[in-house]
Amino acid sequence: MNLLESAEDKAFREEVASWMAEHLVGEYEVLKHRGGPGDEEAYPELRKQWERELAGGGWTCVGWPKEYGGRGLSIEHQVIFHEEYARVGGPGRMGHIGEGLIGPALIAFGNEAQKAEFLPGIVKGETYWCQGYSEPSAGSDLANIQTKCWMDEDGDWRVSGQKVWTSLAMDSDWIFVIARCEPGSKGNKGLAFLLMPLDQPGVTIKPIHQLTGGAEFNEVFFDAAVARAEHIVGEPGEGWKVAMGLLAAERGVSTLGQQMHFAHELDLVIKAAKANGTASDPLIRDRIARAWSGLRVLRYNALRMLSGGADVSLGREALIYKYAWSNWHRDLGELAMDVLGPQGDVPAEDFDILRLQQVFFFSRADTIYAGTNEIQLNIMAERGLGMPKEPRGV
Amino acid sequence: MDFSLTDDQVMIRDAAQDFLADKSGSEAVRAAMASEAGFDAAVWQAIGAELGWCAVAVPEELGGMGLGPVELMLIQEQAGYHLLCSPFFSTVCLGTTLLKSLGSDEAQGEFLPKVAEGSSRFASSIACGVEAKAESRSGQWLLNGVVSQVCDAGEDSLLLLFAETDDGAGLFAVPGNAEGVSIVSQTGWDASRRFATVELNDAVAAMRCDDATRLASGGRKANALSRLYVAAEQLGAAQRCLDMTVAYISERKQFGRTIASFQAIKHRCAQMMVQVEGLRSAVYGAAALAADESDVQALSMECAMAKALASDVLFHCAGEAIQLHGGVGFTEEYDPGLYFKRARASKGWLGTPEELRAEIAGVLL
Ligand SMILES: Cc1cc2nc3c(=O)[nH]c(=O)nc-3n(C[C@H](O)[C@H](O)[C@H](O)COP(=O)(O)OP(=O)(O)OC[C@H]3O[C@@H](n4cnc5c(N)ncnc54)[C@H](O)[C@@H]3O)c2cc1C
Repeated sequence: MNLLESAEDKAFREEVASWMAEHLVGEYEVLKHRGGPGDEEAYPELRKQWERELAGGGWTCVGWPKEYGGRGLSIEHQVIFHEEYARVGGPGRMGHIGEGLIGPALIAFGNEAQKAEFLPGIVKGETYWCQGYSEPSAGSDLANIQTKCWMDEDGDWRVSGQKVWTSLAMDSDWIFVIARCEPGSKGNKGLAFLLMPLDQPGVTIKPIHQLTGGAEFNEVFFDAAVARAEHIVGEPGEGWKVAMGLLAAERGVSTLGQQMHFAHELDLVIKAAKANGTASDPLIRDRIARAWSGLRVLRYNALRMLSGGADVSLGREALIYKYAWSNWHRDLGELAMDVLGPQGDVPAEDFDILRLQQVFFFSRADTIYAGTNEIQLNIMAERGLGMPKEPRGV
Repeated sequence: MDFSLTDDQVMIRDAAQDFLADKSGSEAVRAAMASEAGFDAAVWQAIGAELGWCAVAVPEELGGMGLGPVELMLIQEQAGYHLLCSPFFSTVCLGTTLLKSLGSDEAQGEFLPKVAEGSSRFASSIACGVEAKAESRSGQWLLNGVVSQVCDAGEDSLLLLFAETDDGAGLFAVPGNAEGVSIVSQTGWDASRRFATVELNDAVAAMRCDDATRLASGGRKANALSRLYVAAEQLGAAQRCLDMTVAYISERKQFGRTIASFQAIKHRCAQMMVQVEGLRSAVYGAAALAADESDVQALSMECAMAKALASDVLFHCAGEAIQLHGGVGFTEEYDPGLYFKRARASKGWLGTPEELRAEIAGVLL
């Protein structure tokens, strides 16, 4: 066990920090701390341009192998990159679904032609992706996919059905979907994993307004929309394997960057508490100390996850992580609003205050997407503690 | 940066696990609790003289292994898991930590080799603050006053006590059987660890142990580390509460199925797991930081965090263990009650969660 950083790690940290200091300036200055969860609709075009700025410095897809245009960084260096990126307020990454989800899935499961066609666009910050998994009747029970696909006379795939809660579909060029290719099949059998351009006649995107007032997610309707023959990943019927492999591909390296944003939010809470005098309230002080402690737990937990190794409870730390951070974040949002008091009740002009309001509202979604609290608890009980599985209805 | 345990650390932990599974089962713990001294002398003998646990944190030049907080933390986690009744905590986690952090070279040279070989044990107080007074008369230090919450004090122990002198506090070693020392030991609701009130009437110290240059930051460091070791023990105890609960509910049937198959029960166990694993991350992280010899302020914050969290987590898990066992959880015969009592008692050792968070807030705000 060793938390010290090598000289090489420190040098790399400085390299990232100085690149950020030189580039996150001028027209990009407004992007600092913007575009995070709950703030996705801030400056989408400028943030895409920023992705290309990053690409110019070789700072997109830093964990991908070099042969696919990545930087081939070690886990340690990826963590350092994400930390330094976030430390200076690097904006929410428009390309994160491409870089973190579909790219690694294509590297693992795609064929060479697919890699050659799609990976460069992600690396260069030119192509943006969204994730078409959830459907009206396939939420927590994701395998209950109803969207259909079939092969047409030209050998292309046609897709009909509906996806829902699709984040950032309005700003994306492509969507990856799971659809049922074997009529009459059930559950996770008989599915196909398809790559589809959104800009085509058979696809309609309708925004869904969130309780925050924004509309970061959408309904996406497919009416015999086309996925070209060569754009199926894996074999027909193997869609589930690809879909799940994709979710596992994110090894959690960006999580320490996320924590850097959390630390910034906690700093904003402390700043607000000092400004309005609640910092002298013993109950608020206790909750701020709890929030700080919770963030230390998340940090060490993430380091444990990334080290793996000889730990007995290998895997348990990974199982708890989503539940732990999302509920911590929700508590932080509640604390923030209690600190703000009446100032929290009116949408703020000052982004330092608005950010705290966003955390309060958006963190309600943190415990729903990517596996709800209840589903996380089921998984922990079953995989972590070996308790009986939930019965399925018939 | 690497968060995984080394092979040696894994070996130390596994050896502790095996030994305690054998020597500190439920019956052994109950026998120790009922005994006069509060621990099994043969087990203590084995720990000190055979297993070498008391030597772990003693510097090599004083006959120890020269290892650090990570190894001790791992042993403590196992000690808590098995509710070990032993002066190991007072001797190593409190006493040795104090001497190493702020003791003079002379005091360390005098006392630590004996601890390392398992022939001497320490007792010291977990109460915050300095309760006794010391004055120097004809070349001897005489102590007076009443010191509370002295852990594992006995006639055969060496008391390491803070006392106020004319020029500030100092640390003194007083043999438990010295004249003028009277030890009133109490058995608490938690009988797995004994605390005594020690009355000092012109008790002659064997030595003044502190090194003036180490006192201030060494005192804070010792306090931080001791909290870490309590937290590690609480972590082990909380893990045990979860494990025994899962074992019980997987056997017990009601309504024609195991109670483990009810989702309400699964979720409560999963929530315990979230807490226990989060706590493990915190305790391991604080131990790793301690091993890196980081600055005292950072270490104090981390250890206060770990101890506050550990107290809350253990209390929660022990309460859940009782509840999910049903009626048997409320009996003398089953173990949840033992852990519940330890949870309640240890909450206050070296600072309550509220006090510790107030300390943290003081730095943040
Ligand atoms: C902000 C946001 C962004 C999203 N972005 C995307 C995206 O980009 N792409 C995408 O595909 N999806 C996305 N989602 C969808 C998300 O994955 C689903 O909302 C989630 O899986 C839950 O499904 P559901 O909404 O149908 O809720 P339901 O499954 O209907 O759940 C309702 C309630 O029932 C509980 N419940 C369900 N099953 C069980 C059970 N077995 N045991 C106990 N309780 C249970 C749930 O925990 C929840 O509390 C997003 C969601 C949100 C909120």
